[in-house]
Amino acid sequence: MSRYVSARVVQLIFIIFFISIVAFLLVHLLPGDPTLAILGPNDTAQARAELLKQLGLNRPLPVQYWTWITNVFRGNLGISFLTHQTVSNAIGVAFPIDLELIIVSQLLAFIVSIPLSLIAALRPNRLFDRIATTSTYGMLAVPTFVVAVILVLLFAVKIHIFPATGFNPLAQGLGPNLKSVLLPSISLAVGSVAIYYRLLRADMIATLQEDFITMARAKGLSTPYILIRHALRPSSFALLAGAGLSIGSLFTGAFVVEILFQLPGIGFQLIQAIDSRDYLVVQGMALVAAIAYVVINFGVDILFTFLDPRVRRG
Amino acid sequence: MSPRRRRPHLVFPDASELEEPLLDVQDLRTYFHTARGVVKANDGVSFTLNRGKTLGVVGESGSGKTVLTRSIMGLLPNIQLERSGSVRFAGHELTSLTAHQLRDVWGTQMAVIFQDPMTALNPVVRVDRQLTESLRIRLGLDRRAAHDTAIALLGSVGIPAPEQRMRNYPHELSGGMRQRVMIAIALACGPKLVLADEPTTGLDVTLQAQILDLLASLQRERSMGMILVTHDLGVVANRADDIAVMYAGRIVEQAPTKDLFSHTRMPYTEALLRSIPRLADPSHTRLRAIPGRPPDLASLPDGCPFAPRCPYAQDRCLTDDPPPRTAGAGHLFRCWFPVGSPEGEDALARNVAAGVPAALAFTGALAGAAISVTTVSVTATAVVTGSLAPDASLVPPAVPLVVPPVVPPVVSPGPAEGANGDATAGES
Repeated sequence: MSRYVSARVVQLIFIIFFISIVAFLLVHLLPGDPTLAILGPNDTAQARAELLKQLGLNRPLPVQYWTWITNVFRGNLGISFLTHQTVSNAIGVAFPIDLELIIVSQLLAFIVSIPLSLIAALRPNRLFDRIATTSTYGMLAVPTFVVAVILVLLFAVKIHIFPATGFNPLAQGLGPNLKSVLLPSISLAVGSVAIYYRLLRADMIATLQEDFITMARAKGLSTPYILIRHALRPSSFALLAGAGLSIGSLFTGAFVVEILFQLPGIGFQLIQAIDSRDYLVVQGMALVAAIAYVVINFGVDILFTFLDPRVRRG
Repeated sequence: MSPRRRRPHLVFPDASELEEPLLDVQDLRTYFHTARGVVKANDGVSFTLNRGKTLGVVGESGSGKTVLTRSIMGLLPNIQLERSGSVRFAGHELTSLTAHQLRDVWGTQMAVIFQDPMTALNPVVRVDRQLTESLRIRLGLDRRAAHDTAIALLGSVGIPAPEQRMRNYPHELSGGMRQRVMIAIALACGPKLVLADEPTTGLDVTLQAQILDLLASLQRERSMGMILVTHDLGVVANRADDIAVMYAGRIVEQAPTKDLFSHTRMPYTEALLRSIPRLADPSHTRLRAIPGRPPDLASLPDGCPFAPRCPYAQDRCLTDDPPPRTAGAGHLFRCWFPVGSPEGEDALARNVAAGVPAALAFTGALAGAAISVTTVSVTATAVVTGSLAPDASLVPPAVPLVVPPVVPPVVSPGPAEGANGDATAGES
């Protein structure tokens, strides 16, 4: 097992190194004058030259990268020229919001999609399966923002159970906090449910054809027991891989929901930063989102070894 | 040992108190409705099995033997399935049980050993749980008792260091070990009947013998009934009390083992017997394969399904389906021109004279069989050889599908293809 894991760790380090280079170049290879981009068009030429020196932009690229990456390791990602806040501070505020959104929405997606696909796979193409497949298809087709708007209309405007916008940090209590993330989480979960349902259903149907399922039936075990204790685990590889990709991309992909619900997550801030050309914020946020993405998928790879003991050898 | 169950469960008499046969299958039909038409996997199968006895079920791939075991158990998926006939097991009619009631039968009364333990054992579950789950769920043992029983079971199927093997995953075991684990799982809840579906097909020959011996001794200890399904007559030859030969979804010959070998009636059985390679044959002897292929179970021909491949077949065989006939106690066969009967010999002679390929292939091979010292089918073939060998040599241009073996260095013109010469050379 350790050989597999250490190989993946080495791979992970290389990928993160590569990401850091891309993130670094994001700012440094921008077309035009970076000082113009950072300071705006109205500053003096002297201020620009000073900034150039201050940022070390007149030095060779590898040296600049080294300075930058050592700063990153010290938690120094620069300062937003817009808010004059440090970028790491902004990330510190934004990241937990995404984390919570992702955890709640994916939990919801799993809670709905797993039982659905287990029952549907039991009798493929029968009534239950058809209804579930058709409705998840529909869920996949409806854009997230439509779901979000409908949810807001129903639960925030018609009946006032949930706030329409805004985020209450956990510090303000679990109740208000959950209330503020539930609607956005449901909006995000809708798309995931459809994907997870399809992935798990397909693998479940294949697994249920296996000899070892017939063998389990021949032991006189009950259907729910066989589904959960024998079929679910060997059927969940595609689901897990899909979940890794989907969760990883939510760090930036949740921006539509974050904008609609005014949640200052990574995606939300990234869009704002791009809009206002706040490049250091863009760089920092992109770096964090990309690292989160690969780390989550690394976690998925490690989880595979627990799901399938045969992977450990490979 | 009292099962812990919420719903009322079936009561099974002790096998020793049973007055009727342990298993009584009557006219079992298992049809699958597919896009290609109705596949008649079992088409009127009947037999009985007493407790402690072994029935060998022999047939080629696609003869419906695996479906037969699943159909007896009621394990087939209910989709596009049509099943009729009667399966009486230990006083219960299995075909009329609900899915819930069938679970009372599975594992504790009737168990199955699959062909390939690699696919029949769950790859992501340790031996421990695969073995103990039925003990705990079906027999209601607690964790400790189930664990101890499981270790004892592994020991009884000849697994060294069972305590350690419990923690292994199936892929960490060798092929023979996996099959032993499978047997331990099948026998865990003390079934009265075991359906062994090609239990040794994936194993090498020495392991095959070990596993079959193990099954036989466990069967004796527990006086279980056993249905031993195989494509290899050699496997069942000295292990089954009765043998049923299946072809195209039905039993074409059934007899006590000795009787089947010494008084073969069905041409298909004879052909199967002859297809077993013999040690006494010279090296590089071609296998006496049965020419042609089994019929498509979705579009069975009129008449006898074996007729297109049969050396004895006459016009009648192509139109009239032979009904089961008896030949002595417990010997059933389905043939109009049985082996060893005057009609049969006559039919074969006519076919050879007319140059029917199946008959020529048969007699061509026969010449080889006559030289070699055969163990099982010596009586049957000797009779036919005597009357037919001259005829065979009268048809020189025939290209036999199976070239007879010759003592190679003396007669054969060359080591490779000498097809035409060989048919007559074999006679010398």
